[in-house]
Amino acid sequence: MIRYSVEKEYQGMIDAYQKAGGDRRVLETKDVAKLVVHENRVLANDGIKGLKIETKETQNGVDVDMRVEAGARIPHPVHLCFGILPKEGLQEIVMKVRAGDNSQVSVIAHCIFPAAVKVIHKMDADIEIGANARFDYKETHYHGESGGIEVIPKARVKVGKGGVWQSTFALSQGLVGKLDYDFDVVCLEKAVAELVVKAYGRGSDDIKIWEKIHLDGAGARGLAKSRLVLGDRARAEVRGETYGNAPYARGHVDCMELVNGSEAVAKAIPIVSVTNGTAKVTHEAAIGSIDRKQVETLMARGLDEDEAVDVIVRGILR
Amino acid sequence: MLVVENLQLKLNGKSIINGLDLHVGKGEIHGILGENGTGKTTIANLIMGTNNYRPTAGRIIFEGQDIAQLSVSQRAKKGITLAWQEPARVEGLTVRDYLSLSSHNGQAKQIEDYLLMVGMEPGQYLDRDIDATLSGGERKRIELASVLAMRPKLAILDEPDSGIDIVALPLLLNGIAAMNKQGSSVLLITHSERVAEIAQRVSILCAGKIIRTGAPSETSLWFKNNCLTCPHINEPEQLS
Repeated sequence: MIRYSVEKEYQGMIDAYQKAGGDRRVLETKDVAKLVVHENRVLANDGIKGLKIETKETQNGVDVDMRVEAGARIPHPVHLCFGILPKEGLQEIVMKVRAGDNSQVSVIAHCIFPAAVKVIHKMDADIEIGANARFDYKETHYHGESGGIEVIPKARVKVGKGGVWQSTFALSQGLVGKLDYDFDVVCLEKAVAELVVKAYGRGSDDIKIWEKIHLDGAGARGLAKSRLVLGDRARAEVRGETYGNAPYARGHVDCMELVNGSEAVAKAIPIVSVTNGTAKVTHEAAIGSIDRKQVETLMARGLDEDEAVDVIVRGILR
Repeated sequence: MLVVENLQLKLNGKSIINGLDLHVGKGEIHGILGENGTGKTTIANLIMGTNNYRPTAGRIIFEGQDIAQLSVSQRAKKGITLAWQEPARVEGLTVRDYLSLSSHNGQAKQIEDYLLMVGMEPGQYLDRDIDATLSGGERKRIELASVLAMRPKLAILDEPDSGIDIVALPLLLNGIAAMNKQGSSVLLITHSERVAEIAQRVSILCAGKIIRTGAPSETSLWFKNNCLTCPHINEPEQLS
């Protein structure tokens, strides 16, 4: 059942969500599970058969407990909407997620900070994916143009035997501000983890990405992928770590950072480690300016140079 | 349509193009045959303005205007385009996007037709990225489809057959013929006599200079008898 604690705040969040490109009808549909949190207030909380969300408002945020029943197949993506509409504020989301064995769910988190001048958004997540369960998590941020925001998402994820965790974190609308992303995933036997981060840093944005995958079960597979485009004076450091600790584990670290500005600074630190003779972990990291041939290919079809660069950047961050 | 006069290019003190003259008529498929290292791709770059190539001397006249100092975009907007020998791959850019942005009108049905013209099933390819997951041959045919979509006045095709297997080659040649049929002049750069056969005229390139122009059958034969067996590659003065 939808619970509107503050109607006006709810409408404000939905309006901001729509302005950022979201479809408000999704959040107004009854058979879609959703959670809308503004600052430390829960504005809407709708569960659905097979999925239950419990919340507790705290001084600076909300504690969220999400449970997916064993065997449940949630037909539509679950929408989480977090945000701070004023210029200043602090939001701390503490999340506990338990996806039962053989369950399947897709979660889309929208984090909205359209006017942020001095805002901190923290997420601390403890996630367990059951055996043969599948959990897709997509987090998209909508920031304003002031850059006065600090985003600190941290997650510890454990993927059970044969389970699948796929996450995508995207921050390409508005200035990033300061981002300190830290996801740590442990994969048990034949589990799969795919972590993808996409960010567009401009102005004085400061981006730190830390993706860690521990392939602790036999036959586990992992991919830590990052795509960053940096302009102006933006700085980014990407650490992609994958540890092959079990027989026939397979992992790959794939980092691409494009620098499109003379003062932008990009750094990549891939760490690959194998402690089992049959495990294999590979990495590739590419840092540099936008490929001239790609630009000229599009210019030869009639695009101006700026348009061509824009198409390439949007492609990388798609 | 395209007149190249006494074109010269020196790179690092070395002459790459040496007084090249070329004329491509409206609606013509003009082949350029040449061995490796004779300057074929350099000519493509000079006419399109890519790779930052600008002539050391000479003129490139397109529809009466010297375009030698224009940017790649400006030349494209005048109706010239280039299909690279090894086309770039762009992560996150789908075949549909690529053909749409190339297209003169962007109509979905026509975009599908352009893929069909080069023997590609739209349902299989439209939503794929033009990235490393495509084979070299697939990427080349998509490049040709994007040129078809653009409907240029002049299409420069640099070694369109390289990396194309024997089954796909007729499809590629059909695509070039279709391009010409819809009104584009084609500068067809190749080292294959088979591909050059679809041209109306063929020029032979040696050491950055056109040394012979004529009908495809006669010129190809001359190329086969003289260039393929020539011990003096890129030394045309050695020809008897």
